[in-house]
Amino acid sequence: MQPPAEHVHWLFATGFLLLGLLLLAEAIVGREVWRLRPWRAYLWPSLLFGLGVLMWPVMVFFTNSTVHMLAHSSWAEVMMLAGAAELGLISGKLRNELWRLAVPLSFAVSGAAFLIHEANPWLYSRSAFVHHVCGWTLLVGALFPLGAAFKPRSLVFNAGYALVVVAVAVALYSSRDVAPVFGHLSPSAGVAHR
Amino acid sequence: MTQYATELSRTRFRSARALAVLALGPLTMLAGVVWAFVQPWRVTLLHPHGQGFWWLLVEPPLLVAAVGLVFSLLAPTIVRDLEEAKAH
Repeated sequence: MQPPAEHVHWLFATGFLLLGLLLLAEAIVGREVWRLRPWRAYLWPSLLFGLGVLMWPVMVFFTNSTVHMLAHSSWAEVMMLAGAAELGLISGKLRNELWRLAVPLSFAVSGAAFLIHEANPWLYSRSAFVHHVCGWTLLVGALFPLGAAFKPRSLVFNAGYALVVVAVAVALYSSRDVAPVFGHLSPSAGVAHR
Repeated sequence: MTQYATELSRTRFRSARALAVLALGPLTMLAGVVWAFVQPWRVTLLHPHGQGFWWLLVEPPLLVAAVGLVFSLLAPTIVRDLEEAKAH
């Protein structure tokens, strides 16, 4: 009954795509307009927190290796932290704006976890390639939410933040358990299917 | 720039923002549909015989289209608030 790993990647890609669109819409209309309706202000932080919660079953059921479990649990923790920090700031329970640094922190930790838990080189298989792409996208892309934390009205930082999330979603959708990437597939990766 | 021209350019800029928000959902749906045509094997429902539960449930191009649909339901209120904020 456990889904194949590629299906889990696609389901999370769906969550990240919706998250990216919400962030992009907020970047386009501006924070003041976005928060005119209280429920909308809570929308994407709740989604981010929920994605973090949903990462825990992934950690529990996909136990390929210790480093996989550590990577999945660190993702779960930092996504929950980032979502909770934003929720706290919106509700007014957190007042220090430095809590906004939780999002770039989550990007950096997630990117590092992607890169550390992928033991194979870029062109080993599609999955390895996707993990490297996601890792570097998040690691470098952390600069956008970092900038947005200090310049919250910046269209460039906010839109860049949103587009990094969309880019990760696109990369996750292209993930396959065993498939070639640019014609390369290591024989030790297994036999490609569909 | 005259006051009228300033108001006009501001209005156009805001309209562009509204259009951008309204376009996000349909563009995402279109991306999902185009993906389904380009890689029909990613839509397992088109050839369901012998497929397992997860292969029938998780259809990436349809998920992309569904995200676009969900966002399209949210977009009108966002644009309405944008226009109201502009009016004030």
